Amino acid sequence: MLEEPFATGHSQIHCLDPRLKVLFAIVYSFVVALSDRFPSLFAALGLSFLLIGLARLNIREVAKRVIVVNGLILLFWLLLPLTFEGVALFYVGPFAVTREGLLISARITLKSNAILLAFVALIASTSIATLGHALNRLHIPEKMVHLLLLTYRYVFVIEQEYQRLVRATRIRGFRSRSNMHTYRTYAYLIGMLFVRASERAERVHQAMVCRGFKGKFYCLREFSFSGLDFVWSALMALAVIGLGIVEWT
Amino acid sequence: MQGRGLFPDESTFYMHISEGVLSGPVLVSGMALAAVGTAIGLKKLDYDRIPQAAILSASFFVASLIHVPVGPSSVHLILNGIVGVLLGWGAFPAILVALTLQALFFQFGGITTLGVNTVAMALPAVLCYYLFGRMLHKNNSIALFGSFACGAFSVFLGAIMVGLALFFTEENFFKVSSLIVMAHLPVMVIEGIITALCVAFLKKVQPTLLPGYSGENGMDKPGKSP
Repeated sequence: MLEEPFATGHSQIHCLDPRLKVLFAIVYSFVVALSDRFPSLFAALGLSFLLIGLARLNIREVAKRVIVVNGLILLFWLLLPLTFEGVALFYVGPFAVTREGLLISARITLKSNAILLAFVALIASTSIATLGHALNRLHIPEKMVHLLLLTYRYVFVIEQEYQRLVRATRIRGFRSRSNMHTYRTYAYLIGMLFVRASERAERVHQAMVCRGFKGKFYCLREFSFSGLDFVWSALMALAVIGLGIVEWT
Repeated sequence: MQGRGLFPDESTFYMHISEGVLSGPVLVSGMALAAVGTAIGLKKLDYDRIPQAAILSASFFVASLIHVPVGPSSVHLILNGIVGVLLGWGAFPAILVALTLQALFFQFGGITTLGVNTVAMALPAVLCYYLFGRMLHKNNSIALFGSFACGAFSVFLGAIMVGLALFFTEENFFKVSSLIVMAHLPVMVIEGIITALCVAFLKKVQPTLLPGYSGENGMDKPGKSP
């Protein structure tokens, strides 16, 4: 049920050094989030589409993500033009639709989509395990990285546990409605999830101690920075500088 | 449980700010606060307890994808109150990890808002741990009140923080902020009910998980079985 549909592939972007992808995604996301002018926002959206194209991802899966995020943005389009103070463009009933409100909704739409698409192309195109190793090499605190990797590892186990509990309730004829019985069932199910999880945690810890765990994890993965990575880092730096020039001069 | 998968939909917007909405200062302060909270949480979490914290954040990640019906619609559980009660300061790293995984699996949320969203969920969680954690082992009515308040208050406070983040970005967001807080009111009640029932269940089944049980204190003091 939990999948990483973009993580495998053979495009140029999939072959890049994950450290480079992480760094560029962080810088790029912040530059776009802080931009306000339309030329730079449109340029960013174009760049993000270019990245998606270069990563050759499953378009249907990408569209699914884009739709969820834009469903949220639709709420902004419904609320902001009516609630923002500014020059009224036209009236819907008693409410004034303001120019400022429309502009900020448009900005949010462009930014959100540009950042989302870049994230899909750069970060989701890396498997989470690889990403953890890359974060370790980027000097994110070790405990944090190991918490991330272990959580990733157990998410699948817990999800199966959850599906099992759900199946058990279904067999007993449980139907989800808005009543106290439903809430009690969910609450007990979640409680059971925590109980099973903590028992499992105890076992995992014992197994780790048995195998000689000494309170430190080691990351064995080495990354190499190839010629292709140099070319790409130059291009990425140019893209960021270009966006900066369009936005801040 | 309605046969749909665990993929999030628009209702996941509860306590969640999208990318590209907030201003630079708000994003940066969110990151700074999240970094401080996470550092404290990690410091209190020695390596021996990492599997425990990881498995709890994995369950938090899965449980928060459950749809619960409310009238004609349904909401996603947030469960930050119960995570706070179970993990104390460990809620910061646990929630940060769960949000990161949400971004990685579903591309829901992203890099720039990770800090703000973590603080909006984890800070109320830690507060609830201190405010209500002690009440859970008292007699039934106090425990019931404490656990309901824990679930409801953590959602309410989170909604207020989301509202404030929007308001500090742009004063014109005020009306939207108040709408967001209002939209959380039904979620608050549901979370309160679920948390109260869940805590009652844990008290019966495995009280060692709850803070303050026979002198043990959540994640702060490792509760190794003898």
